[in-house]
Amino acid sequence: MTLDELKPGGWCQIKRISVRDRLGQRLMDMGLCPGLHLRVVRNAPLEDPMEVEIEGRFISLRHTEARFVEVEGHDQ
Amino acid sequence: MTNKKILVALAGQPNCGKSTVFNALTGASQHVANYPGVTVEKMSGSYRYNGRTVEVVDLPGTYSLTSYSPEERVSRDFILHEKPSLVVNVTDASNLKRSLYLTFQLLEMEIPLVLNLNMTDMAEQVGVVIDTEGIAEHLGVAVVPTSMKNGQGKKALFNAVAAAAEGGRKAAVRIDYGVMEPFLRDIEKRLADETTMPAFYPARWVAIKLMEGDGETRNLVRADSPRAEHLLRFTERLRGDFESRFNEAPELFIAHRRYREADDIERRYITPGRQAVGTLSDRIDRVVCHRLLGPIILVGVIWILYYLSIVQGYHITNYTWPLLAKIRSLAEAVTPQPGFIEIPMLRALVLWFVDSVNALLNYIPILFILFGLIAILEDSGYMPRMAFIMDRFFSRYGLHGQSTLPMVLGGIYVGGCAVPGVMACKGIPDERSRLATILIIPMLNCLAKVPLYVLLINIYFAAHKAWAMFFISTISLLIALPVSRILTLTILKDKETAPFVMEMPPYHLPTMRGVLGRATERVWLFIRKITTIVAAVAVVLFVLLQFPGINDERQVYYDAKKDKAIADFLSQIEGTPFADDLQGENLMAMILYWKEYKNARMLTKGPEAMSTLNATYKARNPVFFRIVQPGKDKVAKQANRAFKNLYRKRQDLLREIRKERIDNSFLGRLGRWPEPVTRFAGFNWRVNVALLSAFAAKESSVATLGALYEPEEEGEALEARMARGEAGFTSLHALTLMLFMVLYPPCLATSIAVKLQTGSVKWMLFSMAYPMALGLVVAVAVFSGGSALGLTGLQAMIAFYGLALALTVATGLLKEKERYS
Repeated sequence: MTLDELKPGGWCQIKRISVRDRLGQRLMDMGLCPGLHLRVVRNAPLEDPMEVEIEGRFISLRHTEARFVEVEGHDQ
Repeated sequence: MTNKKILVALAGQPNCGKSTVFNALTGASQHVANYPGVTVEKMSGSYRYNGRTVEVVDLPGTYSLTSYSPEERVSRDFILHEKPSLVVNVTDASNLKRSLYLTFQLLEMEIPLVLNLNMTDMAEQVGVVIDTEGIAEHLGVAVVPTSMKNGQGKKALFNAVAAAAEGGRKAAVRIDYGVMEPFLRDIEKRLADETTMPAFYPARWVAIKLMEGDGETRNLVRADSPRAEHLLRFTERLRGDFESRFNEAPELFIAHRRYREADDIERRYITPGRQAVGTLSDRIDRVVCHRLLGPIILVGVIWILYYLSIVQGYHITNYTWPLLAKIRSLAEAVTPQPGFIEIPMLRALVLWFVDSVNALLNYIPILFILFGLIAILEDSGYMPRMAFIMDRFFSRYGLHGQSTLPMVLGGIYVGGCAVPGVMACKGIPDERSRLATILIIPMLNCLAKVPLYVLLINIYFAAHKAWAMFFISTISLLIALPVSRILTLTILKDKETAPFVMEMPPYHLPTMRGVLGRATERVWLFIRKITTIVAAVAVVLFVLLQFPGINDERQVYYDAKKDKAIADFLSQIEGTPFADDLQGENLMAMILYWKEYKNARMLTKGPEAMSTLNATYKARNPVFFRIVQPGKDKVAKQANRAFKNLYRKRQDLLREIRKERIDNSFLGRLGRWPEPVTRFAGFNWRVNVALLSAFAAKESSVATLGALYEPEEEGEALEARMARGEAGFTSLHALTLMLFMVLYPPCLATSIAVKLQTGSVKWMLFSMAYPMALGLVVAVAVFSGGSALGLTGLQAMIAFYGLALALTVATGLLKEKERYS
């Protein structure tokens, strides 16, 4: 599944970043690196963007961007 | 060698306490400028240590060193081309692992480096223990722990900088890129064989960047070698090979390896602290980003910002304006004095110049408060939250979450100012959204447009004032949003966009020093840049308004009128003791004395100050004073009446001459020239001239109308004068004029702000041309359409509002083309 499908409170592990160039680089630079675990913290009042926590860092991104983060959901 | 200046670059990720380190190192000796060609601020400062001057440049905080954002580009270019003696890499000791991602990229640039572990107090608090010697050994660089907030470790950092500057470069660690190494070796070899690049740049770094597919590095290669394209095709082929063999994009693989390396260092040298659960920032965000509370708090914050800067700021201008008025009176005093109807050219020019510059300097209190508040918003960490909440709405129109603040400042409802609005666009990372925001801000309700609205509404919509005001306050947004959507789909289509992905940093209490310092620097930057350009344009406008002036025949006519007025006056006071005192030159002296006294009285408050003022003027000229303040003195009263009459006649004459001069001027002709077109919008040449003069500052439109519609009786309101002067004017005329004003091109100051923020004259010209064209189209459509359908102004207003609303909704629902494939 991909990150944009996750609901607030959901946990997952990043499997792969499926976009390159600018967006892929930016996602990696901000710490969304395959292998790491993240938690969806909340959605914005108008549902988009979303906020995730990864390794103690809080990142916000649009759902259209989160679509390129392939994840595997799990509990905690 | 020892006397050579040391140049230090300070690099680090955002929120690692870098500015605290910079302040601690350089103290008060700071200087802000812009990097050439971009709107990124360049902060620099210096200090002396052991007899040597160390210059410190604070590079913008970046997570990485790609060429995708201007901040990262300037940081990288600075290190590559300015070749600093060393880099101090500031990191957050409580989360060193993620900071190392940037550190590795700096090390790959093979520049001497000092690793500064800052915020050690925070790290200790959560129980993080770092083996600094282990890391120093592993990386081959000096590692200096500091807690600059508490002033700890400053001396050690000074020493490390001095030592690293002496020591030159050490062999530092290399990230092992594993399966990519053969690819890198191939590129390095080709670089050495076919280019001169290795002489100027670290060859391995160039190879890594080419494997990443970095655009700027490809340009460096092109600049170096005639065989560049050949080489670049080779590297592209390698990238393709790599991806098909290992099923991972090379740039992602490289980033991945860097994290793995950071992981390795963490495992070896860092004892992790307690996992922070439910940090304070997270708890605050539960409220601030809440579904319902979030937007309410946002509106509250915006209201406070607006209230303090625009409303209270304008109050302060009441106190600062007299200072500027003093400058003007000084200019009045030192330039050649006016005659009865002759205004010396030099005097006119100097006063015009001072007025133009003053009009801008008047904004300073507002800007100072505003920049201070923006600094607070930036430092506290609220800005990203604001963007988080608003992004969904604005992105529908091609704007960005971070367009919120600029648009509020520009005047989303009523009474903003486009200058700070445009200046605040600096932070928007997405080039396309940034340009769109800059281009639509001038359409919002700047305070200076309001006088014209009020004037027209009072005359032509008197029965529906509140509705008309509501219409004009909200229509600007209903026009600006669709325009932005259309611009981003057409002209701005190919502009670079940036991912929204951003950090929501922990909240942070801003410091007084930081906020005041930044506000002062930015105001100063504004003054320096703006005043010079304004000065130049003011002179051009002056020429357009002054020349060719009054012809000889008319001059004779005015001279006759003047002589008659003076003769009448002298005959009225004949026989009084004043008759002798007001002959020839003395009469002019009396006129100036009268004017000065009246002006001084206006600026004087309280009975005590007033009596001091009276005493001063009495001492200066007791005879004149008797006429000015006749009291119960009968003879003096007679002279006072006669003089007032003369004074009024002179004012009338001056106004008449001014009007004729404007009529005749180049600007006046410019107003007549488009009349064949503007006729369809209902604008005659007088309105055209008023609109043209509004370019200097919007409030000028009303002032020019004031000069063009002369009063019949003293003190007649402009409303009445205009209603009489334009008997054929209907509410439909007024509506089109107001709509044209909404779409009016940015004023002079804003145009310059646009040039500063876009870094291009072309965009400035475009920002002036497209609203003009659009405004004309809208005005013609509304006026001609309304006339054809026989609509009243009010009916046309309602119809237009409905259309604009429908257009806003429709463009908001337009589906955006897929950004990423």
